[in-house]
Order: sequence, then structure tokens, then C-alpha cells
Amino acid sequence: MLEIAVARRIGEIDLRVDLALGRETVLVAGPNGAGKSTLLRLLLGVLAPDAGRIALDGQVLFDSGERIDIAVEERELGYLPQDYALFPHLDVMHNAMFGLAGLQREERLLRATEWLERLGMGHLSRRFPAALSGGERQRVALARALGRNPRALLLDEPFASLDPVARRELRVSLREWLRSWRLPALIVSHDPADAVLADRIAVVEKGRIVQQGTLDELRQSAASSFVSGFAAEGD
Amino acid sequence: MKTRAWGAAQLLASASLALFLLLPIVALFATLSWADFLGGLRNPLLVPALRLSLLTTTSSLALVVMLGSLLAWRVARNPGRLSRFLEAVSQAPAVIPPAVAGVGLLLAFGRRGLFGSFLDRHGIALAFTTPAVVLAEAFVSAPFFVQAAIAAFRRVDENLLVVARTLGASPFRTFLRVGLPLAAPGLAAGAAMSWARAVGEFGATILFAGNLTGRTQTMPLAVYTAMESDLRAAQALSIILVVTAFALLFVLRRMAPGTQLLGADLRGA
Repeated sequence: MLEIAVARRIGEIDLRVDLALGRETVLVAGPNGAGKSTLLRLLLGVLAPDAGRIALDGQVLFDSGERIDIAVEERELGYLPQDYALFPHLDVMHNAMFGLAGLQREERLLRATEWLERLGMGHLSRRFPAALSGGERQRVALARALGRNPRALLLDEPFASLDPVARRELRVSLREWLRSWRLPALIVSHDPADAVLADRIAVVEKGRIVQQGTLDELRQSAASSFVSGFAAEGD
Repeated sequence: MKTRAWGAAQLLASASLALFLLLPIVALFATLSWADFLGGLRNPLLVPALRLSLLTTTSSLALVVMLGSLLAWRVARNPGRLSRFLEAVSQAPAVIPPAVAGVGLLLAFGRRGLFGSFLDRHGIALAFTTPAVVLAEAFVSAPFFVQAAIAAFRRVDENLLVVARTLGASPFRTFLRVGLPLAAPGLAAGAAMSWARAVGEFGATILFAGNLTGRTQTMPLAVYTAMESDLRAAQALSIILVVTAFALLFVLRRMAPGTQLLGADLRGA
């Protein structure tokens, strides 16, 4: 369970978000500049909220009142940035092993191999990121994040840097994977087509959640023109 | 200006400048016979100066790279007033004439200097010692490395660093495993420029460390000393300096192709 109640003012955006995720996938949708990326940075711990509380499975990650602010590396969140951010100087295997530093070498190798194979990337373990397609990069980045058994997943515009064909294929795969992993997963996207990934959609506009619900619910009573446009396209 | 005249002007200017820059280097080699060169190599100043130059420039480079990398990382990753201040301070020696740097070092670290008098009370004397040579070289060469390092670290994608942290890496491990390797070509180029500057250092060294054979007389100082008695020896020493510098430049181009040695890296972002 990921519980979020944060407020942060940054430039033009006055972000105030209350959101709770069980073992489900929630799509945070909204136009550019709505504060979606800021929300991710607050959850990751790269940026501190002005006020609020973030808790994951009962552990407090941030609490402005209690002055708790757990460091990024101790939050146990899996993060997939928009461009996947594979380390360009490491091959696929070493990318996948990067997050397993605490383990014995054999164990690291085993776990990285297992995740790369599960995502169909085992045969590319000696390649460097520059030689991978966009879709392959996404899979390697997922394997790298999941090897650490994160307690929640954060995905930033997971398909924005892919071509339309790869996008369609990977969307289907990712939906299956998310269902099988049963992790709280938060996907930030402005693309209505990503709605198929989610159990629930939270629409953010100008720093506030203006509406939450399934795609059907959004379609039936849209709270804003962005919501109605998003829900109409999202199939 | 007509297109052809403009083309001719560029060509003429390029040729004149290139010739002017090349001629002294050519003269160094062309006006010395092989026998004179070998004779120059037997000059008693050479070996101690070469050894001292190697020792002091390696030390000053280690000092500059270790402290400079951390400073550059801080400046590149934490924009703010302190970083702007640190960046400005680290650039200052580049515009201070070396002789002035020597006077400044003496007034700071000399026996009666700002900090030197404190050291003196504890029995430590820096001025006119080998460590003084290292300090003089570090002072004049630091800006070359630091500016290149700041530029190289700034080019490291922030997202990679965030992802490394989410993968459990502490800020230090993130620096070590992601920041350093990705900035390595830029750091190497900066280190080479910084080293080249240190090897050639003259003004600050002679004022702050003196010109004592075997203790503070580095290669450029040996060239200067040899000039007074034996031009051939000075020329032979100079050739060794030039060949070393060019060899380094060549190796570096091989190691890190495409990196800027002067120019953009040193002007910074």
C-alpha cells in the first residue's frame, strides 16, 4: 500500500495530491505542466514536499511533521524514467546487476539473469545500451528495477520514447506483467492509450487531482474537458 | 568583400598564424645537431630536473585531481551561490600572472605569511622546498582540470544519477560508479591539460620555491639556468619537454577521441 499526501510549490505549479494505491496500477494522467513529474520526484525523494506524508506498506518514507525523510536509495522503489536511463558504460548484464550490490557475485549474476530472461532479454546480456532498440531498453530497465524486489513501481511516460508499433506491443506485455507482479504501480502519462494499463486513473490538472476512477467512470461523468477528451481516446 | 577575396584573406591569415606558431617549435629541432643534442643530454642539470619535474607534477596532478573532482562534482550537481563562488575561485589562478601567483604563495605560505607563520610555529617550512614546487604547480594548473571536470560532470544525465540512487546506490557510490566513468574522457582531457600546465610552470615556482638543483629546480627552471651558460643544453632540455608534451597529447587523442583539450571544455558551460 502506497499512501501519498503531499504539497509542494515549485515555480508555477502548486501541487497538492492525496492518493492511495493498493496492489493495483494507477495511471496519473494530465496535461503537460500539471505537476505529474514533480509528483514522481517527491515520491522518489529527489525533491522534498513542503508538507505532507508518504508511507509504503506502513513504513513512513516522508513526514514533514515528524521530520522523517528517508533517502532515495532506502525507499525500495522501482523507477523507470521516460528514457529508461540505462547506464551507457555498462552492458545489459551489468546494468541488471547494478542494483544488487549487497549480494554475493553468484547471487547477483543469478538474479540478474533470471529477470533478464523473464523479460526476454537474456540473449542480449553482453550488448551495450546503445545497441538496443527502444523496446529492448525498456525491458532491460524493468529487469534492472525488478531485480531488487521493489515494494512499488513508478513509471514515467513508459512508452513516450518508442515508435507506435513497439508501443502497442509493449503496452500489452506491460499490462500482463503488472497484473502478475501485483505491486502498487504508479504510471505517469499524458497518453490516453496508456489507460488500458491501469485499474484506476487519477487525472491531475494544475497540481490537483480533479477526478479518479476507472475509464468507464471517467467517461460517464467527466469533470473537465481534459478528462472527457482523455476518456474518449483511451481505449 | 567578394567571395574569392574573403577566401584568400582566410587562407592568408590561417597560413601566417600557423607558420608563426610552428616556427619556434621547428627552430628548436632544426637548429641543433644530433651530436649537440646528445651533448646537451649529458648536462648535469638534466637528470635531477627531469626527476624532480616528474615527481612534483605527478604529486600536484594527484592533488588537483582528487580535490578538484570533488569540488567539480559539487559545483556541477548543486547549482547555487556556493557553487558559483567555488567555480569562480577555482578559475581565478588562470587569470593571475604566474609571477603574481608566486608572490601570493610566498605571502600566504612563506615563513611570515598568513598561514606560513602558523606552520612555522609548528616547525613546518614550505617556501623554497620541494613541496613548495608542488603547491606552485597545483595552484597554476588547478583551473585547467577543474573547469574541464565541471563541464564533464554537467554533461552526465541527471536521470542516470537518480536511477542509480533508486537502485540502492549511496550518493558516493553513484559518484564512483556512474558519475566518474561517464565523465572519464573529459576528466582525462582536463588532467592532461592541467599536467601540461604544471610541467611548464616557471614564474610561481622560481618566486615561491627558488631554483635549487635537485630540490626545486624543475625542467623549465633548468632550461632557464642552462641558457645562461650553454644554449645547446637549454635547447636539448627544451626538446625533451616538447616531445613529452606532444607524446601525451597523442596518447590522449587516442584514449579519448573527440574530447576538447582547450576550447569548450575550459570555457565551461
